[in-house]
Amino acid sequence: MTDQGTPAGAPAQEAGGAGGWIAEALREHEEHEKQEEALATAATPTDRPAGDHSHDRGRVERRTLPMADREQQVLDRIDRARRRRPKVREERITMAHGAGGKATHTLIEAVFLDAFRNPLLEPLEDAARLHVNGSRVALTTDSYVVSPLFFPGGDIGDLAVNGTVNDLTMAGAVPLYLSAGFILEEGFPVGDLQRITESMRAAADTAGVQVVTGDTKVDERGKADGCYINTAGVGFIEREVCLGVANAKPGDAIIVSGEIGDHGVTIMLARGELDIEADLQSDTAAMNGMVAGLLDAVPGVRALRDATRGGVATILNEIAKSADVGVMVSEDDIPVRAEVRGAAELLGIDPMYVACEGRLVAVVDGGQADQAVQALRAHPLGEKAAVIGHVTEGPAGIVQLKTAFGGTRIVDLLVGDPLPRIC
Amino acid sequence: MRFVDEFRDADKAHALAAKIAALCEPGRQYKFMEVCGGHTHTIYKHGLEDYLPESVTLVHGPGCPVCVIPMGRVDDAIHLASQPDVIMTSFGDMMRVPGSEGSFFDAKARGTDIRMVYSPLDSLKIAKNNPDKRVVFMAIGFETTAPSTAMTMLRAKAAGLRNFSVFANHVTIIPAIKAILDSPDLRLDGFIGPGHVSTVIGCRPYEFIARDYGKPVVVAGFEPLDILQSIYMLMLQLSAGRSEVENQYSRVVPWDGNMVALKAIGETMELRPYFEWRGLGFISHSALKVRDSFADFDAELLFEVPGVRVADPKACQCGEVLKGVLKPWECKVFGTACTPETPIGTCMVSPEGACAAYYNFGRMNRTRVSEAQGVEAGVSRS
Repeated sequence: MTDQGTPAGAPAQEAGGAGGWIAEALREHEEHEKQEEALATAATPTDRPAGDHSHDRGRVERRTLPMADREQQVLDRIDRARRRRPKVREERITMAHGAGGKATHTLIEAVFLDAFRNPLLEPLEDAARLHVNGSRVALTTDSYVVSPLFFPGGDIGDLAVNGTVNDLTMAGAVPLYLSAGFILEEGFPVGDLQRITESMRAAADTAGVQVVTGDTKVDERGKADGCYINTAGVGFIEREVCLGVANAKPGDAIIVSGEIGDHGVTIMLARGELDIEADLQSDTAAMNGMVAGLLDAVPGVRALRDATRGGVATILNEIAKSADVGVMVSEDDIPVRAEVRGAAELLGIDPMYVACEGRLVAVVDGGQADQAVQALRAHPLGEKAAVIGHVTEGPAGIVQLKTAFGGTRIVDLLVGDPLPRIC
Repeated sequence: MRFVDEFRDADKAHALAAKIAALCEPGRQYKFMEVCGGHTHTIYKHGLEDYLPESVTLVHGPGCPVCVIPMGRVDDAIHLASQPDVIMTSFGDMMRVPGSEGSFFDAKARGTDIRMVYSPLDSLKIAKNNPDKRVVFMAIGFETTAPSTAMTMLRAKAAGLRNFSVFANHVTIIPAIKAILDSPDLRLDGFIGPGHVSTVIGCRPYEFIARDYGKPVVVAGFEPLDILQSIYMLMLQLSAGRSEVENQYSRVVPWDGNMVALKAIGETMELRPYFEWRGLGFISHSALKVRDSFADFDAELLFEVPGVRVADPKACQCGEVLKGVLKPWECKVFGTACTPETPIGTCMVSPEGACAAYYNFGRMNRTRVSEAQGVEAGVSRS
């Protein structure tokens, strides 16, 4: 059979007719629609646009509204839909669930938060803040499954140390102790393992932390990809600060500590599937030294996040969502290396979504923005620190970007993996 | 970044916007269709609509390769991928396109071997490295991607490869444009012609649009200034009462197209009698199949393909969006039941799809330049 179906009267089954997620999504959609219409009919018409003479707010009337108002109504409806409790529709885990975008957020909120819900977990910050016998302690954990294991500028070892150190640092803690769990594949070269542990030791020395406990598991050949590492860390919170993206207020400045996207693009190129070469290195680094300088100099730091998986765009969305504010950033002000821009342009991906491993996003009182940039620039890791935008009153929950071209667009959470475009 | 930044210069954009605004006749509405999804993506990514006067509307056309793939075709591909020893390969855009039982991503999670490639030649490499597997390339796209599929088949034949085949879904742009022109519910003033397709087919195939339908066509490049300049060129034609085919993208598009590419396509593929387009229905002679002389590489002959038609869910209005009759947000399920993470319609899948582009980039209350305020307003806004 070379041609599908026949053009005339071919029987077609309707997709999702018998069930499936499409049918479910549509059913839910209709229910919400009914609810909203019931609400709208019950509401008193005080916020009517001028010149609107109709008396009910049902579906028919909507069409008579001018285009812009109708569009706004749809946008409001979408906004309400986005605030509903997320739901995992897939029956199985897909790669998108690990990409740091919308699917990851949905999985975390609908599965993990649902199961473990407690006030310490709920802020979903990089590290949990605990009170232990009158002291404030930060606790975090992270797993590393990077491929290739060794890449320009680092390897899975220093990544595993720096990542966990940074997660503690972003909570305003002084990182102290780390655990290290190794899942190794049968046949993995011991020499490689020694290389990895050596770079972990070096990274721990630089960051001033110690690996004090660990675990080793070996799985059969083919069941794991060489070497996976999990690290957990504890740190001590000395300062009287309570950092969190929910603290962001209109007028606050948003700062990045350096050029974005280096790590992600380096890894993509190091996989060798793309036949593109560029003189790039991962930015993996422990940021505790730089952050200590920042917190010493600037009392008005409200939140810190390291821009790992999902990139700067994801952090900006978390700020907008948690604090119920708007975020406006300017493309021209975002530091991106020419090599990263070039590779991203070729691959059809946006550097805003590409992972960094040694860059942070800071939300700082607007009046102290210059101080904060200076404090960051005083550290070698923060030489390219820059204010990239501001927190705004609204639209709440939405991140907007002023493009270098002079237009404006939305920067949403990433959907799925950053897939290359074909033409 | 050289060769890119020159085409994203905000000062030049303001100057062009002023020229466009100056050409608007008071009270007249202008509706242009950008045929190609790549243009749609550029328009949203750079916020280009902010530069246009309110009376100029851009209508997003059918030129998004994955948006026009019907659900049944995705089901067929997943069926192929589920056969023993098969490795299915396709472009990244294809991975999230929904079939009636889910997408490639879902099939992959269920254990079928589906891999993303950047070029069909990568599929060929996979075939060479896996002689005990049968590697199928799901070929999608317009005339832009068809030459690379053709070259891959030619190479496979030359190398005597027996475990590589193509599941051809290539479509051709002209019949789709014609279907839109013949559609009674749409009034367009002109077309922004597809740039990459035209590098292959050239500009001549569009002449009937200017001649028979009296609509100007400007073949355009993909940087934001390219598109603004094409809109200006369309406005110039309209104000002078002309309807011609013009080439804004002459730095890449030769007037007569690329003969080598066309020859490769002709050698390996031929027109199907008809093909189903998502939302547009069956269009005759609008797609390519593998030629009989390359039957050894035709997945539709090597495997049993169910070929079951799957109708779009009733709520999905992709067809109207693809024809430009509806703006994305006018679809009943836009942004609520149908979102980029759970797309019901294909327009919501690819970043080139009109719905996904609008949802991801354009979902905001924008104020635009009005003719009365001219460009001053545009300057103050940016």
